[in-house]
Amino acid sequence: MSTTFWIILAGAIATYLTRVGGHLVISRFENIHPRVEAGLNAVPAAVLTTLVAPAVLGAGPAEWAALIVTAAVSLRGGLMPMFLAGAAVLILARQFVG
Amino acid sequence: MTAEAISESGARSDFWDGVRLSMPVVVASAPFAILFGAIAVDNGFSVLEAFLMSALIFGGASQMVGIELFGQHVAPWLIVLSIFAVNFRHVLYSAGIGRRIAHWPVLQQALGYFILTDPQFAVAEARAVSGKSVGFVWYLGLGLPVYVFWVIESGLGAVFGKLIPDTHALGIDFLLPIYFLGLVLGFRKRPLWLPVVAASAAASIVAYKTVGSPWHVSIGAVAGVLLAVILPPHHSGVGERP
Repeated sequence: MSTTFWIILAGAIATYLTRVGGHLVISRFENIHPRVEAGLNAVPAAVLTTLVAPAVLGAGPAEWAALIVTAAVSLRGGLMPMFLAGAAVLILARQFVG
Repeated sequence: MTAEAISESGARSDFWDGVRLSMPVVVASAPFAILFGAIAVDNGFSVLEAFLMSALIFGGASQMVGIELFGQHVAPWLIVLSIFAVNFRHVLYSAGIGRRIAHWPVLQQALGYFILTDPQFAVAEARAVSGKSVGFVWYLGLGLPVYVFWVIESGLGAVFGKLIPDTHALGIDFLLPIYFLGLVLGFRKRPLWLPVVAASAAASIVAYKTVGSPWHVSIGAVAGVLLAVILPPHHSGVGERP
């Protein structure tokens, strides 16, 4: 077996541990404290924001326009219209401002 | 119609419900899968190894980081540690989604955690919040297309990577932030949404500038979660139970 293969395998195991680990820890407790529950309810907004915020900061006018349109559409429409509208604005704007 | 037939057609529509929701994810992740395959081969992976990494790890950002370090001939244990660091946010997803899928048989849960990506978590959590149950068939409908396309496209990228056109003009580098912003906004009716988003955004930006990537993700996430834990329960909408 090559080194590359072992890197992939170890990386896969490490990744699976992160995907199952939180549940294994939490499920050891019979009752979840309300504050822990409040923390868990905050997970989607907390984590997904970190995937957006630095990218927004480093972006330019084309990206900002796309994000504003995405936000506007997401107030009314579903996930797919929101994504397609944002992507369309981005591609269009980049033809002009690069 | 017999009861069995009704439940079977219910399961089938559940599955396609999930597939429908998976489509934006399939579209948004396609360029990254192809790009990953191309970069992997460029950095010394064989086509089979690129394919295998996508099939076994199934985590775009961590695969990119792993490949980048591999190309720089970084020590193997450090590559594995970096993959772990990039994927560490899944610990929080896992703790959150565990409440929704605890009623599944253990093997289904084990498979469910394997495909627990960012969009998988966000869309499943949104379904749970809306009061619907998160069933295995629906969850699989959501995750399976993403996985299959991810693995196949990685392989295609590895084989045909040299043919990729100008990715910047096509907006490929910014598709995921757009998609993730939509997901964040989808949770805006939750208690504490704005303070959590503000705390996570501020902390992740500061960490990005000081500590650097990928740690800004974990640091920013912990800041938002901690805020929700620290604020008095009546703000978070979770009642103090006797």
